[in-house]
Amino acid sequence: MIRIPCPNCGPRNVSEFRYGGEYNPRPADPTAVPESEWVRYHYFKNNTMGEQVEWWLHQSGCELWFLVERERRTNDIIKSYLWADGDSR
Amino acid sequence: MSLKLLRHGLSGRPPERMWHSRPLKDEYEVVIIGGGAHGLACAYYLATQHGITDVAVLDKSYIGAGGSGRNTAIIRSNYLTPEGTNFYNESVRLYENLSVELDFNVMFSQRGHLTLAHTDASVRTMRRRAEVNRLQGVDSSLIWPEEISRLCPQLDLSDHPRYPILGALYHPPGGIIRHDAVVWGYAHQADALGVHIHQHTEVTGIDLTNGEVAGVRTSRGVIRTGTVLNATAGWASTIASMVGLSLPMETFPLQACVTEPLKPFLNVVIVSGSLHAYISQSDRGELVMGASVDPFASYSMNSSLEFLEGIAGHVLELFPCLSNVRVLRQWGGLCEMPPDFSPLMGFTPIKGFLIDAGWGTYGFKASPICGKTMAELIASGSTPDLIKPFRLSRFDEHDLVGEKGAASVGH
Repeated sequence: MIRIPCPNCGPRNVSEFRYGGEYNPRPADPTAVPESEWVRYHYFKNNTMGEQVEWWLHQSGCELWFLVERERRTNDIIKSYLWADGDSR
Repeated sequence: MSLKLLRHGLSGRPPERMWHSRPLKDEYEVVIIGGGAHGLACAYYLATQHGITDVAVLDKSYIGAGGSGRNTAIIRSNYLTPEGTNFYNESVRLYENLSVELDFNVMFSQRGHLTLAHTDASVRTMRRRAEVNRLQGVDSSLIWPEEISRLCPQLDLSDHPRYPILGALYHPPGGIIRHDAVVWGYAHQADALGVHIHQHTEVTGIDLTNGEVAGVRTSRGVIRTGTVLNATAGWASTIASMVGLSLPMETFPLQACVTEPLKPFLNVVIVSGSLHAYISQSDRGELVMGASVDPFASYSMNSSLEFLEGIAGHVLELFPCLSNVRVLRQWGGLCEMPPDFSPLMGFTPIKGFLIDAGWGTYGFKASPICGKTMAELIASGSTPDLIKPFRLSRFDEHDLVGEKGAASVGH
């Protein structure tokens, strides 16, 4: 089973977690961006065949939302960290 | 057919090849990326319906190595929206005639398809689906445990299970097919009409000139072309990124398994949305079982024990009599899920770059009609009415086709 390193609890089985989708920051100034930008934000995905930063929730554990960098071809976890600790790309 | 067989048997010569390896030309009128049922069907209909035979079908592996050879071969048209129902119904009609059209037995068995309802809410959804289906001329109705037990007495219809069976959506024209035969049949006829099928030819890039498609770079050389169709199922985002396009979908693995062969035991397709399971018996006697997509996005096609535990538990809830049957094989495939569970078909902002993508968990059953409509789109330069609802621009127009209720589990 794949193990996800929770920044709080350490590595746990993936079944304890919920995948929360690609890391996709909201447009910085919501009133300034055109509608097409919101459409992209809501629906379009990078769907990278490679490394991708993602949201995960430790649902059956400490209930923390955090970021995971994962290689999507192999499911290897590169690193995990709190959003506040990241460079908030 | 049988005469041909006899003649071959007596002649001692090896049978003719179904399709041939041909040299890669440096220019084609149309290049189709993805040698699955969709891509090959499109090539076939381009040749038969529109006389366009200067077509190359490229696949990075062998033909049918992706979703076309990994699905659970269920065909049905009892969808939730009128757009979806009409579209898949046309596909079922083409499938019904496919063995004759391709002169190749695709073993389509319309044995009936039952979608079980275990809650009041799903009974209501089934009733709605039955009404939508009937309005569109699709044979579909809501039936109750008495009739379910007549169609499938092996099911546990008692009130003992955690989720007792309350009713079912019965779709008599639904059934199963030999999915490899569909791929081979289309490949055979397309090849005979002059289409070039290039296996083990990976696309590494797409060249644009002034924002229009000019050519395709492959592992075997460069091809000049003005029209590229991206029909690569789970990998369509990677091909689209070669022209700088992102698509509204995310790729998830979907797993399936088969048991050891049994004597004929189950002559309908059983689907349970609430239990995330579907099961049918193949002509070899194996029980083919699948579930919903894995809980997180990935391009890995590895099998997991979590899936096997889940599906075994759920199938045993439906069929306790299978508790001693052993699982023979397990595999995974890739499904790209758009937010509304409807495909993305047709033109893109890049001229000459067409998509037939977003096929999630419902792509195989749509193969013939996708091939036919995409061929019409390529030949005529305009979108056929049947696939207008699935255009990529529907997201900008806020005109989504919500098909999740009928497509998320019931493949």
